[in-house]
Amino acid sequence: MSAVYRLDRREFLGGLFSAGALVLAAPMALEGAVPAFMPTVYLGLEPDGTVVIVAHRSEMGTGIRTSLPMVAADELGADWKRVRIEQALGDEKYGSQNTDGSCSIRDFYDALREAGATARMMLERAAAAQWQVPLNECSAVDHEIVHRSSGKKAGFGTLVAAAAKQPVPAKADLKLKPASEFKYIGKGVPMADQVDIVRGKGTFGYDAKMPGMLYASIERPPVVGGSVKSFDGTAAKAVKGVKDAVVLPTFQKPYGYKQLGGVAVLADNTWAAMEGRKKLQVEWVGGENESFDSDAFRKKMSETVRSPQKAARNKGDVDKAFASAAKTHEAEYYTPLLSHAPMEPPAAVAEFKDGKVTAWAATQNPQAVQEAVSEALGIPKTDVFCHVTLLGGGFGRKSKPDYVVEAALLSKQVGRPVKVSWTRQDDIKFDYYHACASVYMKAGLNAQGRPEAWLQRVAAPSLMNLYQKDTMVLSPLELGLGFIDVPFDIANLRVENGPAAAHVRIGWLRSVNNIQHAFAIHSFVDELAHLAGRDTVDYAMDLIGPARRVDFSGQGFEHANYGQKEDKFPLDTGRLRRVIEVAAEKSGWSRNKSAPGHAWGFAAHRSFLCYVATVVEVKVDKDGKLTIPTVHYAIDPGQVIHPDRVISQFQGAAVFATSGALLGEITATGGKVKQANFNNYPVARMNEAPQQVHVHIVPSNEPPGGVGEPGVPTIAPALANAIFAATGKRIRELPLKKTRLV
Amino acid sequence: MVQLSVNGVARKYDGDPEMPLLWYLRDLLELAGTKYGCGAGLCGACTVHVNGQPVRSCITAMKDTAGKKITTIEGLSPDGKHPLQLAWQELNVMQCGYCQSGQIMQAAGLLKEKPKPTDADIDAYMTGNICRCGTYQRIRSAIKKAAGVKA
Ligand code: FES
Ligand code: FES
Repeated sequence: MSAVYRLDRREFLGGLFSAGALVLAAPMALEGAVPAFMPTVYLGLEPDGTVVIVAHRSEMGTGIRTSLPMVAADELGADWKRVRIEQALGDEKYGSQNTDGSCSIRDFYDALREAGATARMMLERAAAAQWQVPLNECSAVDHEIVHRSSGKKAGFGTLVAAAAKQPVPAKADLKLKPASEFKYIGKGVPMADQVDIVRGKGTFGYDAKMPGMLYASIERPPVVGGSVKSFDGTAAKAVKGVKDAVVLPTFQKPYGYKQLGGVAVLADNTWAAMEGRKKLQVEWVGGENESFDSDAFRKKMSETVRSPQKAARNKGDVDKAFASAAKTHEAEYYTPLLSHAPMEPPAAVAEFKDGKVTAWAATQNPQAVQEAVSEALGIPKTDVFCHVTLLGGGFGRKSKPDYVVEAALLSKQVGRPVKVSWTRQDDIKFDYYHACASVYMKAGLNAQGRPEAWLQRVAAPSLMNLYQKDTMVLSPLELGLGFIDVPFDIANLRVENGPAAAHVRIGWLRSVNNIQHAFAIHSFVDELAHLAGRDTVDYAMDLIGPARRVDFSGQGFEHANYGQKEDKFPLDTGRLRRVIEVAAEKSGWSRNKSAPGHAWGFAAHRSFLCYVATVVEVKVDKDGKLTIPTVHYAIDPGQVIHPDRVISQFQGAAVFATSGALLGEITATGGKVKQANFNNYPVARMNEAPQQVHVHIVPSNEPPGGVGEPGVPTIAPALANAIFAATGKRIRELPLKKTRLV
Repeated sequence: MVQLSVNGVARKYDGDPEMPLLWYLRDLLELAGTKYGCGAGLCGACTVHVNGQPVRSCITAMKDTAGKKITTIEGLSPDGKHPLQLAWQELNVMQCGYCQSGQIMQAAGLLKEKPKPTDADIDAYMTGNICRCGTYQRIRSAIKKAAGVKA
C-alpha cells in the first residue's frame, strides 16, 4: 500500500499550508511498514498557485533541500520559481529523516514522483471537467493546465479549489512522465539557499536565536566517561556578562547520543561564556578510558590482525590454496582515528517550558533529537519540537545530537532558552571519531601472479558501541562497507574479524569503514599488480572478473548491501568494469607514463550502491612536496536527478578524502585527545587539495544510488598508488604526511 | 568607549575591550553572516574588511577597532550583487555555504590588490580560508569569472 492520499488533518503539519490549500501525502512503498509510520512526503497547492513542498531531509551541502522538491515539481509540471520549500520539523511521520547513508534520493524518488503526478492529475481532471473536454487532451505545462487543441489555459492557483474536490487517483491510473519530458530531473535548478548564503543571510545552527536566551560554553570531562569531582565557579561568575555556572549530569555508557557532562558557564554573549569557562576550577574523575593510549592501541590492533581471527566470510578452501600457492604476499595497513570537523561546529538552541522542549538545531537527524532529549529530560518524544536549520557541514557528526541534549538540559536548569555553541576545540576533542583500523591482507599467487587464495583480516573499534556498551567486534553492517563484499573473482577467499575496544566515542564519518577497507584492498591490488609486472587497471579487471551479478550465497554471511535487496541493487561487476573503462579512457591512463616525480594511481570501489573508479595524478618535487594536479572520477550512481550537485559532491569528496589521507590523525594519551584545532588537526587547503577534479557520469537507468559518500573511499588508495609510482615508496599507513617522500 | 563604523553605520561599544570583533558583530549587532570556524585565525570563516583590508575578526580585539571602518558580508554590496556574489551563484560554488561569506570577503580583498589574478595568486591569497566541503575548484573559477580572466 503506497497510494497517495489527501491530508485533511492539516494542523498536523504545523501551519505549513494555508486553509485553502490542497495537501497530498505520498507514503513510500515499504514492505511490511505499519501505515501510521509510513515514511511520507508532503506536497501542497496553495490557492495563489504556490506549490509548497516539504523538505524533510537536512541540508548540509548536498543540495538535497533542492533536489527532493525538484523531483515532485517536475512531475507536477510546476514552474520552479513558484515552488516554496518548507523545512520539516522532526517527526516520525516523515519516515526516517536521518540524512545519512547517502540514501535520500534513493528512498524517496518514487514517492516524490507519485505525489507530483497525483497533484497534476487532479488539476487536469478539474480543468477537463470545467472545459468539458476529454482528460487526455489536458496537460500541465509551466504551472498551467493547457488544453492542446483549443489553447485554453488555467493557472494552477485557479484550479486548486476544484482540484481538491476531485477524487485522489488510484496509483494504477497515475501516468508518470517519460524521461524525455523531464524539465528539471537530470538537469537541475539553482540551489535553494544560495542567494541568501552569498549575502550572509542563511541561518545555520550557530546563528539560531531565541528571545531571552543565554549563551553556554561547556567544559567537558577531558576523558570521555569521566565526571566532575568538584568545581569552583566563583572566578567564572565574576566575569562580566556571566550569569551562572552549573554542573551537567554525569554521562553513562553506552555512548549513544548523550551529553558528556561537565560544567557549563552561561552568559549574555558567546565571548563572556567562553571567558568565564576559562576561569572555572574543576577537578575531574578520569573514568575507565583514562588508560587509553592511541599508540599502544594501534600495536594491539596490529597484533590482532597478525593472528587468526573468527571467519566472517568463507569461500572455497583458503588454507589449502595457500599451501599450494607458488608464492604469497602479505601486507598490513593502518588508518587512524579521524575527526569530522565540519566547518560549523555543533550548535543548538533549546527552550524547556511547560514540560516541553522546542529546539533549533543544525542536525542531520531531528528525530534522534526528539529521542535523545526525551530520554535525558524524561518527557514524551512528542513533546520535543525540533526545527532544522541549515547545517554548516555534517559528514555524519550532526546525526548525533548530544549538543541539543546539552541545550535542553541547561534550559531546564536555568529556566531560560539556552544556546550551546561548541568551540572548534570542543568539536575536535569530543567528536564521535571515525574508527581507526588495522587491516591485514594476504594473497597466495599462482605462477602468473594471480591470487588463488585471498585473506582479509580487520580489527577496528565498532560504532555499535553507541548502542551497546563494550561491543568488541565490527558488526555485519560495518563489515558490509566494502570489506566482506569484496567482489573479486577468486576461488578461495576468507574474511576475518578481530576484536578491538572503543575508548572514545566512535561514530560514522562520510563513507564510514569504506575508508580503511578501500585503502587496504586497493593498495594491495596495486602491490600485487606490480609484483606480477602487470598494469594495475588490467590486473584489477582480471580480479573483478567477467560482468556478472556477484552471488554471495553459501559463504556464511548476509550481504548487507546498504539495506537494499539484491534483486533491485545487485553487486553488478559489469557496472564496475564500465566505470573503470571510462576512468581509464578519460584520464588517458594508457598514454600517461608514470615516471619519477610525476605519476598516476588508480582504485575502483563500490559503496552506497554507486560504482566509482578514480585516477589520481601526483607530482612530487625534489623536496618531497606533493601536489595533485588532477583527479578523474568515472561514476555510475544509477539515475542522476541533479547532475551539477552530483558533480559537486564528488569534487568535494575528493578534497574531503585528501584531507583524511594526507593530513588527518587523532591521537590520545591518558584518554585525552591531543588535537584541538586546524593547526594540529589540519585539513586540505586550496594549495593542497586536488586542483582539477573531473567527474564523468556514466549514463544509467538503474535506480538511484548514493552520491554524497562514494567519492571518498577511492582517493586514499589511488593517491598512495600514485605516490608509489612516482617515488617507489609504498605507503601502508595514513596519514601520508607521516612518510617522507624523498 | 570604542567608536567604529560597521557597514557605514556609526557604532559605540563599551564592553570588554578584549572581546573579538567576531562576537560583537554576531551577538551584539546580530550580523550573523560572519562565521566562527576556529577562533584562532586558522580558517578564515570570520573574514571581514577593516578599512578595506581582509582581516580575521576572531582575533581582532574590539579595542583595536577604534576609528576603523568595518565591512561585513552583509555590507559588501548594497544590493547583494557584487561581481563575486554573482559569480558564486552562476557557478553554483556553495555546498553547505558556511565558509562562503569568509571566502567572498577574502576574494574581494584579492581583487582589490590584483584585479586580474593568476591561479598562483589565487592559491596564495586564499589558502588561509578553509572550505571543509571542498569547493576550492569552483571558488578559483568564480574569482576568475568575477575578475573577467579566462578560466
Ligand atoms: S574563525 Fe577566525 S580564522 Fe577561523
Ligand atoms: S561550502 Fe561548506 S565549508 Fe565551504
